[in-house]
Amino acid sequence: MFEIHCPYCNEKRSEIEFAYAGEAHYVRPTAQEQTEMSDEDWSRYMFIRDNIRGEHAERWWHNSGCNMFFNAIRDTVTDKFVMTYKMGQPRRTETQIEAARKNNAEQKAKS
Amino acid sequence: MKYSAISLFANALSGHKKWPVQFPDKEPKKEYDAIIVGGGGHGLGAAYYLAKRYGITNVAVLEKGWIGGGNTGRNTTIIRSNYLFDESAAMYDHAVDLWDGLGQELNYNLMFSKRGVLMLAHNVHDVQSFQRHVHANRLNGVDNKWLSPEECKAFCPPLDISPHRRYPVMGGALQMRAGTARHDSVAWGYARAASKLGVDIIQNCKVIGIRRDPDGAVEGVETEKGYIASKKIGVSAAGNTSVVMEMAGLRFPLESYPLQALVSEPVKPVMPCVVMSNAVHAYISQSDKGELVIGAGTDQYTSYSQRGPLHLQEHNVAAICEIFPIFKRQRMLRSWGGIVDVTPDRSPIVGKTPVKGLYVNCGWGTGGFKATPGAADMLAYTVAHDAPHKINAPFNLDRFVGGRLIDEAAAAAVAH
Repeated sequence: MFEIHCPYCNEKRSEIEFAYAGEAHYVRPTAQEQTEMSDEDWSRYMFIRDNIRGEHAERWWHNSGCNMFFNAIRDTVTDKFVMTYKMGQPRRTETQIEAARKNNAEQKAKS
Repeated sequence: MKYSAISLFANALSGHKKWPVQFPDKEPKKEYDAIIVGGGGHGLGAAYYLAKRYGITNVAVLEKGWIGGGNTGRNTTIIRSNYLFDESAAMYDHAVDLWDGLGQELNYNLMFSKRGVLMLAHNVHDVQSFQRHVHANRLNGVDNKWLSPEECKAFCPPLDISPHRRYPVMGGALQMRAGTARHDSVAWGYARAASKLGVDIIQNCKVIGIRRDPDGAVEGVETEKGYIASKKIGVSAAGNTSVVMEMAGLRFPLESYPLQALVSEPVKPVMPCVVMSNAVHAYISQSDKGELVIGAGTDQYTSYSQRGPLHLQEHNVAAICEIFPIFKRQRMLRSWGGIVDVTPDRSPIVGKTPVKGLYVNCGWGTGGFKATPGAADMLAYTVAHDAPHKINAPFNLDRFVGGRLIDEAAAAAVAH
């Protein structure tokens, strides 16, 4: 069991308070787009997910806490969270993730 | 060497120190007629059937770790075929047919035991849905029968069928041809038999790239041990299928989740069969060593870590204690996790891919072990003929575009 930092509560809480909610930054096509898009594109939207081995952008839900959804970057090989951030914020760039990773390592070295 | 009572006796005389190596650890050749990526039961089985049934013996199995170290050695060894839909019944029953006599065929003791799988119904919905399964199975020629609570108790004495329990047993569906097998033996048995037929089993050889010619067809694979050419590549990489497919520029409808299981301390024989309960959500059997083998659904988040959080194991054990209060004081011995690749409809993908010469067997989710011989045979058939067999034809990739899903997720005869 690990601890997850909720960006709304701004504290680390136990994993059992959270639920996984799939890939992050996933945009549902508008009603108009849905009528015009091909079967292949609809299939891609419905069924294809990143399933990355490594750092994965994903949604989590603090369902037994503040009840808010937020986004996270987690390494799917080690299950370690690199960072969490609020809903609506843009997808994190490689530089931002790298900076967060460095920051985590420094924090760990201090404690 | 052929394993037999005589060879066992002869080797006992020399203190079991002179057994020959079961299969040699090969270095890769420059080129093969076919390459199988993934040395689990499915991959080794595919190589075996390619050589045995379809006449392609110049085959290599590439395994990134050691054979059988992935999901083949990380499951709860349950074998059954009582799936709802016609396509699934054909696929899983083909596997159960092949399990019969497989130990003889491979000359390897797989400890296949048809001890029966009993699925418990705890509410009216369960009763109706399982009876529908029983009828659907029988129409498809798959054995499955309905038992009253008393018959369940007679078949599996540790069950508590008191109507006052929180989840009373209202009946059960029993498949008698179902059971368990020794999972490591399956990998070793296939490896040994395939190796005898000329298949090269190459361990510690991770595939890092797939090379393609200007027309897009596969030419070979880049590995940790160098480039190996082959015009046919069968991928049987379970939880890591997405990673391998990415090398060919393909995105698959798969998500990889850990599936945990655990065993108790060994005890004397107490569980005569496999018992599954979807409503309480757990399944249990007893290994020949005496351990109670316990499993349930996947973890909640995607991961490649081959382990999961402890609170989910606690959840599994709690479910078992709910059905079998007799096991409340049983102590747990060890646990493990495998990475299962789950499709949106919980049915596998076995067949061709959009890339010429690249074939796939994936998406078995939580139910891959039972299908090992069937899936292996279907992958081998597809690789050999460049076309799917009629059993695996419906399990194509196109169904996610066309919409002809095989929705065992909704039919769920199984705890996912």
